[in-house]
This record gives sequence, C-alpha cells and structure tokens, in this order.
Amino acid sequence: MSNTQIIADSFPALHQTIGDKRLVYLDSAATTQKPQCVIDAITSYYEHDNANIHRGVHTLSMRATKAYENARQSVASLLQASRKEEIIFVRGATEAINLVAQAFARPILSVGDEILITEMEHHSNIVPWQLVCEQTGASLKVAKVNDDGSLNIDSFKELLTKDTTIVAFAHVSNAIGTINPIREMCALAREVGAISVVDGAQAVGHIPVSMSDVDCDFYATSGHKMFGPTGIGCLYGKHALLEEMEPWQGGGDMILSVSFEETTWNNVPFKFEAGTPNIAGAIGLGAAVKWIESFGYDAMVQHEQELLAYGRDVLQSIEGVTLIGASEHNAGVIAFTVAGVHPHDVGTILDHEGVAIRTGNHCAEPLMRRFNLSATCRASISVYNTSKDLDHLGSAVQEAIRMLG
Amino acid sequence: MSDLRELYLEMVTDHAKNPRHRGKADPYDCIGTGNNPVCGDKVVVTVQLHNRTIESVKFDGEGCAISTASADLMAEVLIGKSVEEAKKIFKGFHELVTGEGTSDNLPNKLAVFSGVREFPMRVKCATLAWHTVIAALDGVEDVTTE
Repeated sequence: MSNTQIIADSFPALHQTIGDKRLVYLDSAATTQKPQCVIDAITSYYEHDNANIHRGVHTLSMRATKAYENARQSVASLLQASRKEEIIFVRGATEAINLVAQAFARPILSVGDEILITEMEHHSNIVPWQLVCEQTGASLKVAKVNDDGSLNIDSFKELLTKDTTIVAFAHVSNAIGTINPIREMCALAREVGAISVVDGAQAVGHIPVSMSDVDCDFYATSGHKMFGPTGIGCLYGKHALLEEMEPWQGGGDMILSVSFEETTWNNVPFKFEAGTPNIAGAIGLGAAVKWIESFGYDAMVQHEQELLAYGRDVLQSIEGVTLIGASEHNAGVIAFTVAGVHPHDVGTILDHEGVAIRTGNHCAEPLMRRFNLSATCRASISVYNTSKDLDHLGSAVQEAIRMLG
Repeated sequence: MSDLRELYLEMVTDHAKNPRHRGKADPYDCIGTGNNPVCGDKVVVTVQLHNRTIESVKFDGEGCAISTASADLMAEVLIGKSVEEAKKIFKGFHELVTGEGTSDNLPNKLAVFSGVREFPMRVKCATLAWHTVIAALDGVEDVTTE
C-alpha cells in the first residue's frame, strides 16, 4: 500500500473535512470519487472541443466525435469485447438492463417463458424484468442465496430449465459484495439455450472483467461507479444479438435515412443511441478507463482484498457488531448491523465523525428480507481507501454504540 | 457542523430505548400504516377515540431512535386531545423540525425535537408516526413519507 497516498492525492474531493474531522469516504459502492484526470477531461472537452458529434464537418465536431469514439474503444478494450461496436453508451447500468428488457426480451417473450434472477439483485435487475413479465406473460424465477451471502448454485441450477429464456444476475452484489461465479453461470445458461444478462455495476473498477472470458450475452455497467461521471454507462452486447434487435428509442443519430414512408436504422451501436448523447460523460468515462488501466487490476484487487480483510477484523472485534453475508469470494463491501442501534442512527453518528457510509436497504429489499433485516450499514472500499480509514470506521462505530447502544 | 447532542437528547434516547406506548390500542377506532422507503422503516399506529377525543395512541414497528422516540412522545402528547387539536399540533411539529417554526405553541416535550432541523435527512424519521396518525384519523390506510 506504499503508493496509497499518491492515489488518494489524485482524488480532490477526498481532501476535505466534515466539521472538524477528516473525510473518510466509504461509500464507493454508491458512487466512486473522481480522479483529477477525469475532471480535467470533462473540463477540457467543454473548454476546447464542445460540439455535436457524428454530423458536423467542422473541426470541433470532428474532435468531439473522435474523443467520443475513442472513449468507446477504451471501454471495449477494458472489457475485452471483440469489437467496439459491441459497446452502447447509455445513462448507466439501470438503463442498460432496461434496454435489454425492452429491446431484446420483450419481442421474444411469451406466456410459459421464464426469466431467472437471484435473491441478491439490486432493484434495477428486478423491476425491469417484472415490467417485461407483465407486458408479455412470462414469469420470474428467483434463485436462493446462502446464509453466507453466496449464491445457492444448486437452486440456480434447479430453476434453470428449457423454459428459461433469460438469466439475469449481478457480477458483484451491491448490498453485500458477493462475487458470483459468472462464467459458470453463463455457461449453465447457454446449456439450456438461455440468454445471459450480467449486472456489472459493482464489478468494473474493482475486479477484472473480460467479455471474451465470461462469454455472457449482455453486460451492464455504470460509469460513476468506476471513477467516471454520473449519467453515463455502457451496455455490452454480443454483436450478432445487437444486429437482430430493433431500436428501443427513435430519434436523431440512430437512423440512416428517414422518409414518412420508411426509415432505415443506423448500424450498431448507433441504432441504440438516439439523440445527442452524453458526450462529455463518455469522454470522462474514457479518462476513467485509462486511469483504471494505469493503476492495474492486480494492484487494485490486492489492495481492496487486504482492506476488506482488515475492515472485517476491525468491525468483528467490536462487541455488538454483526457482519451480514460475508462470503469468501467478496468484493470490498462490508455489510453490518450494530446491536441496539438502528442503521440510520449509525449513519448519522458516523457522518459526525467524518465517516461516510450507506445505510438502508441498498435498493435490495428482497435480499434484506432474506436476512430478516429492514436495513443494514454498508461500508464500501475503493482503491483510494487506507487501513487508517477503516480504523476511523471502527472508532466511529464504537462512538455510536457509546451514544445509543 | 451541527451538534449531535442536540439531536440525541437524553429524553430522545430514553424514549427510543424504552418506549411507553408501543403496542396496539385495544380496541382501536382507526389504524394507519406508515413507510419510510429511504430506510425501510415501517410503523403501524392505532388510535382509540371517545367522541372526537383521543383516548389512546399506540405504535408498533421497526425504527431508528428518532422515529421511535418521536412516535412515543407523539402518543404521549396526543392523549386527551381532540382530533382537531392533534392536527394543529402536527402542523406546528412539522414546522419545528423543518426549521419553519418554533416550539413556543407546542406541548413542552416536543421541544426535544428542535435539533432535527439541523439534520434535514432525518425530518422524515421524526414525522413518520405523525403522518401516519393523521392519515389514520382521516381514515386513510397507508401513507408514505416520500
């Protein structure tokens, strides 16, 4: 962790105090802080290159188009997609999943078809499927989660049948950090002829993600959870599937020709990017990808796993603290409860100590019910955190117990 | 930075840990369920009326210290009040916790929630039981603080 300070220095928002306490940011699963290079890329775009893309013949438009398409190439390389056309820019993972649900699933689903998800999904990987079930008459099946927070693979296999049309699951659980065996799950889905959709919002920027290795059909990401800006994310889709699909929104940039009699769709990926996109966001995301690559996933995984183990030890040594769903294969997410102190109160008291965590149901109500909880506290780690941050977390939790426990 | 001690006054933590009015009014004349989707809290409030006067208020459910203490002290101050008075007190209480009013014309005990105004994220906690009791009195079953 020798270069930890250098890393933290490149994130300007981390250098502030909350009241008189140093900010300890442990809410990266909600959104990561942004390195200076990402902020600079967005500023520089607006200061020098701002123009609309894919249409102008003037210099600024060409520069903006190039930067936007370079960002697509960067994401494609990071995710090891086979070609950059497999990357569609969207608002975030939520929009990516909704795109698949509406543009891919809805036209092919009918009564008798099944969509398989898991108990640990974020609402964004539940509700789009409920909507499409309502629209088509398909039904939703839910694979169980074990007590340690890992997926019950037997339950998953059992529910995977010849009727399963789509299988959708998180790569990493946002609420408890479980890393799912997605390559195996995608292979199982393929065996029954089902299409796999992976919610990768919590994975990219933490663990290596390779489309060629995983061999999933769709993969959704959010830029702001991987050091990029909000309002931008990507949907990866296998080229052949994207080619088959109809557009989901109509507008400019997604057509080749328009007349009142007939309109011809543009090629993939532009077919799915109607209207002026979030150009600055994509460019910022491209810079975030470069930052991740310069840091390297090996160092990232090692740092976060060390901190995860350290943070679990810190919290477990406090009487009254219970870890929730601390599985063996876990990303840097620590979910916990404090005996006698409601998570909401823990959150307020921790904030007073300068420690930012998330409290509540983490948009994963079914998972909370699975653990008989209405809410938890969640500390989530990123590359810029240090063991000192987790020491602060521990002492702030002790303060909460002293006040209300 | 606002002082935490202003939020978690002794009376608040005492009522949070040892609520006096938890349970179900038996028999009850009206019932309401309140949800705070932000934190997943849920409260069920039951009220026993005699004519238009509140004889008993009880609450049940999971909640943070602020919402539990607020529900308990609400029950305490509403007993013996008319439905109209209850609504007037709620209006004043809402103004107090959102910083739009003072505790001058409110039952004394509610002044302990003055500190909530410095914690806007906690206003919903302090008002959940109140929204629920008013909805119950109005004959509405479900309310949400959203």
